[in-house]
Amino acid sequence: MGLMKRHWQRRHFVEAFMISMMRVSLFIVSAALGLILWIVVVRGLPAISWDMVTKIPEGGYYMGKGGGILNAILGSLYLASGGTFLAMIFSVPIAMYLKTYLGDSKWGHYVRLSLDVLWGIPSIVYGAFGFTLMIALGIRSSLLAGIIILALIELPIMTRAMDEVIRRMPVDLEHAALALGSTKFEVALRVVTRQMLPGITTAILLGFGRGIGDAASVLFTAGYTDRIPTSLMRPTASLPLAVFFQLGSPYPEVQQRGYAAALILTIIVLAVSLGSRWLSARLNKYTIK
Amino acid sequence: MDAHIQVKNLNVYYGKQQALKNVNIEIPKNQITVIMGPSGCGKTTLLKSLNRFLELTDGTQITGEVLVDGQNIYAHEVDVTEVRKVVGLLAQRPSPLPMSIYDNVVYGMNIHRMKKDRKEYKAAVRHYLEIAGLWDEVYKRLHDPATSLSIGQQQRLCLARGLAVEPEIILGDEPTSALDPISSQNIESRLIELKKQYTTVIVTHTLRQAKRLADYVIYMYLGEVIEAGSAREVFNNPQHERTRAYLEGQI
Amino acid sequence: MNQMDSTNTPQSINKTTGRLSRPVVASRTRQNNFAQRTFFIFTLLPVLLILVVAIALFVRSWPILNAYPLYDLLFGKVWKPTNGQFGFLPFIAGTFWVTAVGILLAVPACLLVSIYLAEYAHARTRSIAKPILDLLAAIPPVVYGVWGLLAIVPFVDKVLAPLSDRWLDSVSIFSVNQPTGFGILAAGIVLAVMIAPLIIAVMYEIFSTVPNDLRHASLAVGATRLQTIRNIVLPQVAPGILAAIVLGASRALGETIAVLMVVGNIPQMPTSIFDSAYPLPALIANNYGEMMSIPLYDAALLSAALVLLVVILIFNILSMLVIQRMLRRKWV
Repeated sequence: MGLMKRHWQRRHFVEAFMISMMRVSLFIVSAALGLILWIVVVRGLPAISWDMVTKIPEGGYYMGKGGGILNAILGSLYLASGGTFLAMIFSVPIAMYLKTYLGDSKWGHYVRLSLDVLWGIPSIVYGAFGFTLMIALGIRSSLLAGIIILALIELPIMTRAMDEVIRRMPVDLEHAALALGSTKFEVALRVVTRQMLPGITTAILLGFGRGIGDAASVLFTAGYTDRIPTSLMRPTASLPLAVFFQLGSPYPEVQQRGYAAALILTIIVLAVSLGSRWLSARLNKYTIK
Repeated sequence: MDAHIQVKNLNVYYGKQQALKNVNIEIPKNQITVIMGPSGCGKTTLLKSLNRFLELTDGTQITGEVLVDGQNIYAHEVDVTEVRKVVGLLAQRPSPLPMSIYDNVVYGMNIHRMKKDRKEYKAAVRHYLEIAGLWDEVYKRLHDPATSLSIGQQQRLCLARGLAVEPEIILGDEPTSALDPISSQNIESRLIELKKQYTTVIVTHTLRQAKRLADYVIYMYLGEVIEAGSAREVFNNPQHERTRAYLEGQI
Repeated sequence: MNQMDSTNTPQSINKTTGRLSRPVVASRTRQNNFAQRTFFIFTLLPVLLILVVAIALFVRSWPILNAYPLYDLLFGKVWKPTNGQFGFLPFIAGTFWVTAVGILLAVPACLLVSIYLAEYAHARTRSIAKPILDLLAAIPPVVYGVWGLLAIVPFVDKVLAPLSDRWLDSVSIFSVNQPTGFGILAAGIVLAVMIAPLIIAVMYEIFSTVPNDLRHASLAVGATRLQTIRNIVLPQVAPGILAAIVLGASRALGETIAVLMVVGNIPQMPTSIFDSAYPLPALIANNYGEMMSIPLYDAALLSAALVLLVVILIFNILSMLVIQRMLRRKWV
């Protein structure tokens, strides 16, 4: 019986063609990642030196000759850690409240929607908003202003990341705690906190990764300087802007600093992203699924 | 025996777990074969090996042969869609496609471009809905969504949809388990009527249904075929200890 | 708030058993209620924040909205702040062109990749693809900008532009008028790669909502997987796919640094994908320094941010509503 033998019909050709198109598309997307990393490494690696990561630029970021990008590295770390810390203070209670009190209720739905919408607002708009705030409050571009705006940008990402992780927490555990006579607040504090640990770690890393890479908002709020900030009220440099400004310089030495900054920024962001993957996979083992 | 399907040395693994162990059976033509056994014994796995549905699950490994009319359906040159056209499946839960009753029946015929014009399709829809015993109930509302039917009607619609692509074999994976008793009985009587034209293989876990339907019986236990034979022989005089225990309700 | 009442169950249980009289329980209940109220205020924050951002931008851009009719601002073609001329049209057109090219390039590939991952790929392929997409999403915009500058701009300049000049010159949207490589196409390519991870992730989620029973019903009558996707899966998820595209567009609309680095930044009405353009976010970012030195300039730039915000909010809310509805959909 040859009935079931493959006689190549049009639909089989179409499917085989589409599958190969799908594979090509997946390859292109993956290749884009490879290409980006390759370019950053090839240009950045020769520019990296001990001076680069331990010195501030000599004679101005746009013109100077020697020196490094320590101002941008430290500035970015200050900005992103500050922003992440500030965002944590607000995002943990929101995520907890979403879980313990709101659940899948209508209000919970609106809060999640508004977080998703906030997530989608581009950083340039946050930057412009930060600018209006600074005028209103009479502060100049400073580390503090940058931290506040980065916190606003990170807040929705961190809250939603935590929310997604604790949402997967089994209801049974919570009910068991309630049945033992705990109030909801106690449930939130004890049970949920323990279960939230993977969520919080993932959120911190995600928020930090997003914060440290953001350029458009710190452009308005944190400014740029060759110095390492000594106070919250001083402006600060940052890695993304170090890339942006120094690549635009006509001097090759300064461009080198831009490439070095791009490589360091990429390494930090990738390490954070991979770290959050690894950590959440690891921490998940210790929580009830 | 005029065997329609022959299973030879079939082994199936889900990952590292072996679901079927060296299965060798023959399934007779134009009869109802019932696969029975306790749950988790590989009944459904065996059934789904017959229309190559196993490969839809990631990590499934299959060795051995399944011959339909002498053709190994796992052979490299065989087209899986042709296999599934010849070997139809009635699922455990009715799964009407999200379209009208009419379009559900037309769906498979359209996929295989089996009819020339609207008129032929219309006639075919009526024909298969009649065979499935559904025509009288739905002919006034053929263009209503299929989900508006009752569960029992949906299962008969799925039967009509399966028959419309002119299969030779019908597989039923506990096809009445989601249905009420009257709808179940309706499906059972359809299957008995249809066995003159179709080789039918049914998985069931109710012994009484097996006794009502079976011409030929396969008893499975822990991934192995313990006993296979004509219904009369197996039910009246089981050769194997395990089969006897099952029939007496001990497993 | 109805939810607030229903969350008080521990208290009501305590009442009926009379245990509320015990001081420890009473204080714990008070603690619970206090915490509940405090937490509730926290959840107002995201909602309020959206409003505050919009209102602040509106207040700051009021001087220019007051001084010029909205129509003149949005459809004025001349941008000379020193002369008091604030026409946004070239910038709006630039934003539109860049976003459109980005979406057109991204959508077919994203659709194919998400279909492949959701319908064809083995678990192992998926477990490789997922981290790749995550990393792509994690790369900062400025690094995309570097990539655009070093790879895409030369590629457009040396490869695509000459090809187009040779074969497609008669088609006006493909004609090469400013042969530098900087322009809409380079920005579109960079944007397409930037928004791809998001679009693929959303599309993948949407495809995953379709129950396997439906696919199996179609496969069981001998349909190919592709026929199943086209006839059964795609019609079910079409609104979600559209929403994913709109969501991607809203991300592309607001992207600043990466686009700014490769788009050329010439305020003109583009006619070809090889033209330079000057999208709204680039305008805001490039001129923030001089903002306060020219009358109404700051108001003009902040009103540009407001326009961007309003369009993005609309896109975002619409697509989010559709996506959330798709993800919560109950299948019979």
